[in-house]
Amino acid sequence: MLTRRIIPCFDVDRGRVVKGVSFVELRDAGDPVELAKLYEAEGADELVFLDITASADDRATTYDMVAATADQVFIPFTVGGGIRSPVDMKVMLELGAEKVSINTAAIQNPDLINEGAYRFGSQCIVVAIDARRIPEEPGRWEVFTHGGRNPTGLDALEWAVEAVSRGAGELLVTSMDTDGHQKGYDNAMLRAISDAVTVPVIASGGAGGPQHMAEALTAGGADAVLAASIFHFGTYKITEVKSYLAGKGIPIRPVEAMND
Amino acid sequence: MASNPVIVVDYDAGNLRSVARALEHVGAAPVVSADPADIDAAGAIVLPGVGAAEDTMFKLRERNLVEPLTEYIASGRPFLGVCMGLHALLARSDEGGGQDCLGILPGEARRFIPLPGIKVPHMGWNTVEWLREHPVTEGIPSGSYFYFVHSYYPTVSDPALALGETEYAVTFPSVLASGYLVATQFHPEKSSHHGLRLYENFVRWARSGEPVPATSAAAAR
Repeated sequence: MLTRRIIPCFDVDRGRVVKGVSFVELRDAGDPVELAKLYEAEGADELVFLDITASADDRATTYDMVAATADQVFIPFTVGGGIRSPVDMKVMLELGAEKVSINTAAIQNPDLINEGAYRFGSQCIVVAIDARRIPEEPGRWEVFTHGGRNPTGLDALEWAVEAVSRGAGELLVTSMDTDGHQKGYDNAMLRAISDAVTVPVIASGGAGGPQHMAEALTAGGADAVLAASIFHFGTYKITEVKSYLAGKGIPIRPVEAMND
Repeated sequence: MASNPVIVVDYDAGNLRSVARALEHVGAAPVVSADPADIDAAGAIVLPGVGAAEDTMFKLRERNLVEPLTEYIASGRPFLGVCMGLHALLARSDEGGGQDCLGILPGEARRFIPLPGIKVPHMGWNTVEWLREHPVTEGIPSGSYFYFVHSYYPTVSDPALALGETEYAVTFPSVLASGYLVATQFHPEKSSHHGLRLYENFVRWARSGEPVPATSAAAAR
């Protein structure tokens, strides 16, 4: 049976892992390659690296990190951040990333989704959607860019459907309302998007514990859950999260010893 | 032949490097090449692949790899196809309105139909049940999890070709094996320790000169 995926996410700046609380406060949580190896051993199903390196001059550190990860880690990983062209995609995929994630660049140039899907296959094109509730319109969410700072006027549900019709193979859906607060994902938004598209949806933003992940995977209808802080700061181990979810009857790949 | 290198066929497949790295990790010292002479002299061949069938077949033809690969496989030497490297062996794929493939194995790739609860692509970790014993599955329990990402699944007209099967909306053969040829729908190079073990088993088997296992479960008993 296909299992739900648990995905630790790393925000990476110049080759080091950081994670913001509501994208403002940054703290260093370690070396990405070492963390990735640890998480593979603990049973992570996939990894996501979001590169927040501001300067193009520093991007070589990202390439080195991606290559080093691919050399030592044998589970799939996605790289997002700073990918604006098919050439950027090709570089990351050739360095060993399984998938690339695009966000602002896809909104500015939606044809990038089509081009990426045509050249590399839909399966490696993830469209990341950052959205906020529209307070006066329950059941509607607006897409934001640039780490949640800039409103786009786009309806999250409509954009999700368009991204998939253009060739996105997966959606990474982050609620800017719940992100960083560790009080649970926006399950209403996840459910609305998941029901509207035929591709897998990764839930992001708001994980405070395994109960939130269980909710996102059931009430939210998500296929995978992403979390950063609770793993990086050791609040929960992936093994603990997996046994909790399995206990709730959610299909999970069991964690096995790696030395067999 | 035992000392001849493991060749990873270079036709610009997206997972080329990941496959090569996994083979390196298990000590195989693979050589990445598109040279027909290397294919002809290989101790074992691994054909990687992700993406679209049309693009894969185009690149294999463009690099004049169809004939060397077909001849190599016909000579009965060790071969491992991965994901699109499995689809390429079939007669055809439904992708892009229909695409002729190499026609080495009697079967076709068909599209998953999205349903409530069935997202397409089939993406993530799913179980593989072994249908018979085989050197490449040694030490890997039946029902182990492997990483899948695909929108089309293989079907074969000869059920004896199936070495492993997986369920996702339908039950499909997720590993095919015939003689010294093995092909997996999943990505062993992204399947952590079980995947690495499969590569290790394949390389050891290819070098051992062990006899080819019987194809059907009945014959194996």
